[in-house]
Amino acid sequence: MPVVKSYKDAEALTLTVVAEFAAPVERVWQVWEDPRLLERWWGPPGWPATFERHEFVVGGRCAYYMTGPGGERSRGWWRITAIEPPRRLEFDDGFADESGEPQLEGTVIHGVVTLEPQETGTRMTIVCRFDDAAAMEQMLAMGMEEGITQSAGQIDDLLG
Amino acid sequence: MVVRELSDADADRIFHALADATRRDIIARVAREGLSVSALAQHYPMSFAAVQKHVAVLHRAGLVHKERRGREQVVQARPATLRRAIELLEAYERIWRQRVDGIDRLLAEE
Repeated sequence: MPVVKSYKDAEALTLTVVAEFAAPVERVWQVWEDPRLLERWWGPPGWPATFERHEFVVGGRCAYYMTGPGGERSRGWWRITAIEPPRRLEFDDGFADESGEPQLEGTVIHGVVTLEPQETGTRMTIVCRFDDAAAMEQMLAMGMEEGITQSAGQIDDLLG
Repeated sequence: MVVRELSDADADRIFHALADATRRDIIARVAREGLSVSALAQHYPMSFAAVQKHVAVLHRAGLVHKERRGREQVVQARPATLRRAIELLEAYERIWRQRVDGIDRLLAEE
């Protein structure tokens, strides 16, 4: 299993996920840097992502939408706050309205991605911090949607 | 699946209540059976009053309810609220586990 550990800090509203991949740091960085690769894993199962804008520089913006099983679209944005290829990426992630503009009142998740070389490949650590509990509440709604759209095969993958 | 909608203040209280190790331990104990505050206090190296304060924080967050039995207050877990709080944290973790699996599959393809 690529996820080696995860921990949740309820007080700091932080989720940390540590994963290991059998690939060098440069290749793992590519799955973030190349929007065509990024869109193959960013959306939950049944909700593939399409990145229309992907500015991988400090202050750069990304805009994407995820397409649901009924053709409905859920839009999101990133703002890159720090970047040190191929080791570190910091970005804010939030929901957007139909025109792709950030929702002012919406959830913002602060993400920090760190890649470290290992003997067997790459260790990726993701730290996600929520501004408040309401932000987590919004994510739960998404988590449930995902649970409903999962096919039996995907549930088997999770359990296996 | 949705037990009920929580307000922001509700959710903040739940996370604050669960952030403390003693309070998490109290919940684990009262989830098995209702216990009086004095029975709970025997398990911790702190005063009865301090344990009572922890119980009050859990009560305000809706994680436990208190019932008077004779001269004692019996504390019991409220599983529905607790489940909701755990769901909040786990939902986002699940999303990330799926993303990590997706990256892993992608890297294996090339």
